[in-house]
Amino acid sequence: MRPEQQQTQQKTAINVAVLVSIGRHPTTGRARRAEQDARGLELALAVAAELPGSQIDLLHAGSKDVDSEAALRGYLGMATGVGMATGVGMATDVGMSTGVGMGLESMTLLEQPEGSDAILPLVEHLAATSPQLVITGARAERGEGSGLLPYALAEHLGWPLVNSLASIETVENGVVTLLQALPRGQRRRLKVRLPAIISVDEAAPAARQSAFGPARRATFLAVPTSSEADGELAQWHLGSARKRPKRLKIIKAASARDRFKAAASKAEGKGGQVLTDVTPEQGAEAIYKLLKEEDVLR
Amino acid sequence: MSEIIRRDPRREWIARNRLHPDHASVLAALGVNSEGGGAASEWLGPNGVVRKNPRAIGFIGPNGVKRIDRSGLQQGGQATATTTAARDSRRRVTIDQPAFMVAVVPDLTGGRLSSHDKDLLGLARRVADADAEQPGAVVAILFGEHKEEALGEAGIDRVVHLDDELYAGFAPEARLAVLSAVEREMTPRFWLLPDSPLGGADLGRRLALRLGERAATGVWQVEADNEASLGWRCTARGAAGSLDIQRPLPRVALTLAECAEPVDETRHAAEPVSLAAPIPTTLSRIEDLGQVAVDPAGVALAEAEFILSGGNGVKQWDAFHHAAKVLGATEGASRVAVDDGFMARDRQVGATGTWVTARVYMAVGISGAIQHLQGIQRCDKVVAINLDPGCDMIKRADLAVIGDSTQILAALVAMVEQQRGGQRDAA
Repeated sequence: MRPEQQQTQQKTAINVAVLVSIGRHPTTGRARRAEQDARGLELALAVAAELPGSQIDLLHAGSKDVDSEAALRGYLGMATGVGMATGVGMATDVGMSTGVGMGLESMTLLEQPEGSDAILPLVEHLAATSPQLVITGARAERGEGSGLLPYALAEHLGWPLVNSLASIETVENGVVTLLQALPRGQRRRLKVRLPAIISVDEAAPAARQSAFGPARRATFLAVPTSSEADGELAQWHLGSARKRPKRLKIIKAASARDRFKAAASKAEGKGGQVLTDVTPEQGAEAIYKLLKEEDVLR
Repeated sequence: MSEIIRRDPRREWIARNRLHPDHASVLAALGVNSEGGGAASEWLGPNGVVRKNPRAIGFIGPNGVKRIDRSGLQQGGQATATTTAARDSRRRVTIDQPAFMVAVVPDLTGGRLSSHDKDLLGLARRVADADAEQPGAVVAILFGEHKEEALGEAGIDRVVHLDDELYAGFAPEARLAVLSAVEREMTPRFWLLPDSPLGGADLGRRLALRLGERAATGVWQVEADNEASLGWRCTARGAAGSLDIQRPLPRVALTLAECAEPVDETRHAAEPVSLAAPIPTTLSRIEDLGQVAVDPAGVALAEAEFILSGGNGVKQWDAFHHAAKVLGATEGASRVAVDDGFMARDRQVGATGTWVTARVYMAVGISGAIQHLQGIQRCDKVVAINLDPGCDMIKRADLAVIGDSTQILAALVAMVEQQRGGQRDAA
């Protein structure tokens, strides 16, 4: 554990920008808050609870209509009860009274028509407001959904990017310590210098429910942008996803005998080593050697 | 020599009469004349008719019955079935003057090419070999140590291997510098990477933005198309898997698993190449503090890397749980162990339980019912500890130890603890 006064010294509030998009329900196809973006906002709220006075800037590039407004208000309803959840009673009061801290009273909307490129307006806005931390979902649930946007922002702004984040541990002295999720449930600890971009996928903690009242009361702050149509996307052919063909087991055999053998034989490991009549120690040593070779012992 | 066939009627007669005392030696002599060594199975008869001796061919099968393999693989003599099966019929291909390059960056999980990597290399091969007159070369960029001996058999012509501390762990900036250097020197026509969370998805997107290309991601089908700028068209998954996007194949493509068939008919050179210009060192703003120890019990069984699984043969479950803890393995169980109440239902491995994908699967006292073997189909290495040397799990296992599981596990635990203790003392 760190000494108490050192912790208070280094706890400086930061500005976090959370990029949110409009999601798509996988079965009904209705607009909703996007799963990964909501997880990103959850992460930002956890940072804000940890560092009182931090500002969360919700950012969305796109047009506002009935459907998308309902989806976007799903994010705005998430801020309530932060103070309660973390057990810091004062934080909520401070946030409420000054308008910062838990500030999800509004969302910045970079207005642009459907089918336009979101990267340039976002880069301009982020360069102008210069938040310390940008959190995005890994990929969108509508449109191309290629997951290139965080990388494009990182390349344009020249900021470091960390993908597949599991949690944020500490933010101090302009350096953030993070846990990155690796496949197979593993975690890796990284230290990144701010400002940085972080992308979030399914490994991050699940998003909380959205409350209706705060979502209703929140406002949108529209910023007009110079939008450019995405010409390349318009030329592509988009269709609903076809089921992928199942891969067939192709047997290239010269003779009927080989074909029969391939069809009838059980799956067996080739060249398996069998140790009989060995002492337990010898057996254990052979196993230990294999485990070391495969590098699964830590 | 004259054209007349010289006959020795007496010898022919002996060769036909297998009860004759000289029968074996005469057959052998005929064999020396025709092929050399062993009794002849085929020779030219007196009238120019081929004579066959069915007793000289074939081998003794596993049940002690003589079997004759008539597939044409066996050429007389007493050759065993194992030697004939090992013949390699793959064509060797060397591309000296490639018309263009196709660069591939495989994930190389655990130092080996995964099946995803092999599919990707199969796709690269297809793109490179489209024009038989002017074939391209597949260049693979490998980071870190690898244990793969047969890179050429996966379809790789050139290998750029960077085995340096700098590229270990999470080092996207250093790796990207290498890929940029490859781009400058070789200018590959295509860059193909796996769209996998093991690193390919991240690196590929970084590369695409560095090269200023709009990458195709989630590509699962590639077809030739004369109207496209680079001659290929691809189908990619978009919008969280709900859309299919058809577009011309760009220079950078990130592909899903099973995007093409892996290479299996040819063997390639896999010639090592080194980069001429030194790679500029970049000052990274991301510092890797290494992997964090996670509680193996909290890892989902389906995605655990190392599983210690117990079955009917385990008698001391406390020792088993202790071993799993010391080894840092996720616990699994066979159906019998679950039914008997020793393990929870969500720990069951097999067709009715969880299909696991572990890299190392250690089966203790599991004989290997077919449902269980189905569940571990996708495991790389299987270690079995069992008392019965004839059970199915031993046939599946890469390493099998026959003996009492309690004693062997105890010895293994002692060995690991001793090794760890030694390391701590040294540090």
